[in-house]
Amino acid sequence: MLLFWPVVIPFFTAVLTLLAWRSPEIQRGLSLMGAFALLASALAIFSHTLNYGPVAAQAGGWDAPFGITMVADALSATMVLLVGVVATAVILFSFSDVTREEEHFGYHPLTHALLAGLGGAFLTGDIFNMYVWFEVMLIASFGLLVIGGQPNQIAGAIKYVGLNLIATVAFIAGVGLLYGTAGTVNMSDLHNVLNGREGDSVVTASAAFLLFAFASKAALFPLFFWLPASYHTPSFSTSAMFSALVTKVGVYALFRVFSLVYDIEGSILEPILLWGAVLTMAFGVFGALSQSSVRRVLGYTIIGSIGMMILGFAVGSRLAVAAGVFYLFQDVLVKAALFLSAGATARLTGSELFARSGGVWRSRPFFAVVLLIPALSLAGVPPLSGFWPKLMLVQATLEQGSWFLAFATLATGFFMLFAVARVWSAVIWSAHPDGDRAITRTLDGPTWAPLVSLTLLVIFIGLNAGNFVDLTLTIADQIIDPTAYLTAVLGEPK
Amino acid sequence: MNSLILSTAARLVMPLILVLAVFVFYRGHNEPGGGFIGGLLAATAFALLEMAQGVETARRALRFRPQSIAAVGLGCTLIGGLWGALAYGYFLKGVWPLITKHADGSKSGLPFGSIFLFDFGVFLVVLGGVCCILFALEDVVQSDSEAGGD
Repeated sequence: MLLFWPVVIPFFTAVLTLLAWRSPEIQRGLSLMGAFALLASALAIFSHTLNYGPVAAQAGGWDAPFGITMVADALSATMVLLVGVVATAVILFSFSDVTREEEHFGYHPLTHALLAGLGGAFLTGDIFNMYVWFEVMLIASFGLLVIGGQPNQIAGAIKYVGLNLIATVAFIAGVGLLYGTAGTVNMSDLHNVLNGREGDSVVTASAAFLLFAFASKAALFPLFFWLPASYHTPSFSTSAMFSALVTKVGVYALFRVFSLVYDIEGSILEPILLWGAVLTMAFGVFGALSQSSVRRVLGYTIIGSIGMMILGFAVGSRLAVAAGVFYLFQDVLVKAALFLSAGATARLTGSELFARSGGVWRSRPFFAVVLLIPALSLAGVPPLSGFWPKLMLVQATLEQGSWFLAFATLATGFFMLFAVARVWSAVIWSAHPDGDRAITRTLDGPTWAPLVSLTLLVIFIGLNAGNFVDLTLTIADQIIDPTAYLTAVLGEPK
Repeated sequence: MNSLILSTAARLVMPLILVLAVFVFYRGHNEPGGGFIGGLLAATAFALLEMAQGVETARRALRFRPQSIAAVGLGCTLIGGLWGALAYGYFLKGVWPLITKHADGSKSGLPFGSIFLFDFGVFLVVLGGVCCILFALEDVVQSDSEAGGD
């Protein structure tokens, strides 16, 4: 039952917030309590998996591979824990960010439906069920994108939904092919059934469909255009939730499916993934350099970071996979912190355009420091959390003798630093166009609390890197050799 | 739309559709049918009323806010799932409190239990969700035509 809480709690919160639609205050209270309950359940799952290894639960008591299985190994459990952390931070931040009108039209129920979809997608051990959770997320995120009713939100949402619908159709086509050829949709069972059938054209075709689906969810080159077109249009809370978690689902699904179901080593998909990752890094950072508003720059840095994670996975050695996983984990916190501080900055300066903002350093130096830390972590400055996975990735690529990939990693880090420095100088350092007295607003408690706690977490991960490297190496072992996962789902092999 | 034929027919057909919706929902327990189709059918009844007599009449006929109906439905499905978890330790496991098993393997009693509650929840979610979308669309069309648009 433990594994169902990350789905049940957000759905239950969505029910309660829908019924309490008359009062925004009650909605907020319920929403925050739901987020804390989700965080508590995620912590319970995380500690259980760390102590006892992967666990599985069968819905309705139907044993795998016949029923729907929920599985938590260290990767899933950590992702669910991050969902809990980001959900709490974002919902707290939303109290002073989301407008009354957006709350009236269902911001809180939709956010919790999105969280339920995330929890389900991270925990399911069944590929068709994963498709269902993707749909839950798609519907909820479409609602959240258009909730303000602005014309640019509708334009962004159409691109978002357009590509995502194509991706889900590809997803279901791939799952259909798999079911047709293997007769099962349980990922552990698929691992056993497909063993030795890597060369089959049906298997390769289904893998290509799923790669397309996950790559467009994760905004991999060349399927990334929808992300910068839509992530800067909704409220900052929603942007933070999307950039921290929703794109990461695509990365997680790639990690999970292409290690457990398919063996991509030596197949035609391996170079596609590798060069797709390198091009994604390049387009991400150069795109970030070409933009002139805060969230658009951050949107492109998401793409650059996604490229790094996929590169780690595509290189495939133990250290490289661990680097990709580490990057994935810390990027969730960094992106949440950056998008929330972009919201706070825009509230202070009145705009998120470079040309219309500035002067934060002179009037709010402490806030500028809080913003600086995740920004430097994104750029990979030691000893912050973003530095360690880059170091691991460079080391892993050099171990394999691929100088080019090591160079690409370092160059991406350098340009990321450049992009962050541009934001810093335009928004924080330069004078406000309306003069030094332009910033009169102050930030309230619900804004400070998530910003400071996320920043402290980023510092904490950076300073405790040893423990996190150990955790990600364990996860990399589980990804490379999924025996423990298979045993948790199917029982001891006979 | 002001059509005497349509509004008279709607008054006759609507109860029939609603009865059919409940029948399909109940039949879906062991045969084709179920909460999803039943909910869609029930929603078409209110869609017909909306077409014939306007969105306000349809809203009054539904009595509750569509969102609240959907919320109660989602709550029913969750309780249906948790019931199995409390009784047997498996989320979504079927619980049949009114059915007794006899020694020879046969069963008797009423087939009401957690699965029925789950399906009823699906019925309400579909009814509430579809009505919510329909009424919102109708509101937009009305405000457009009042604003002098096409």
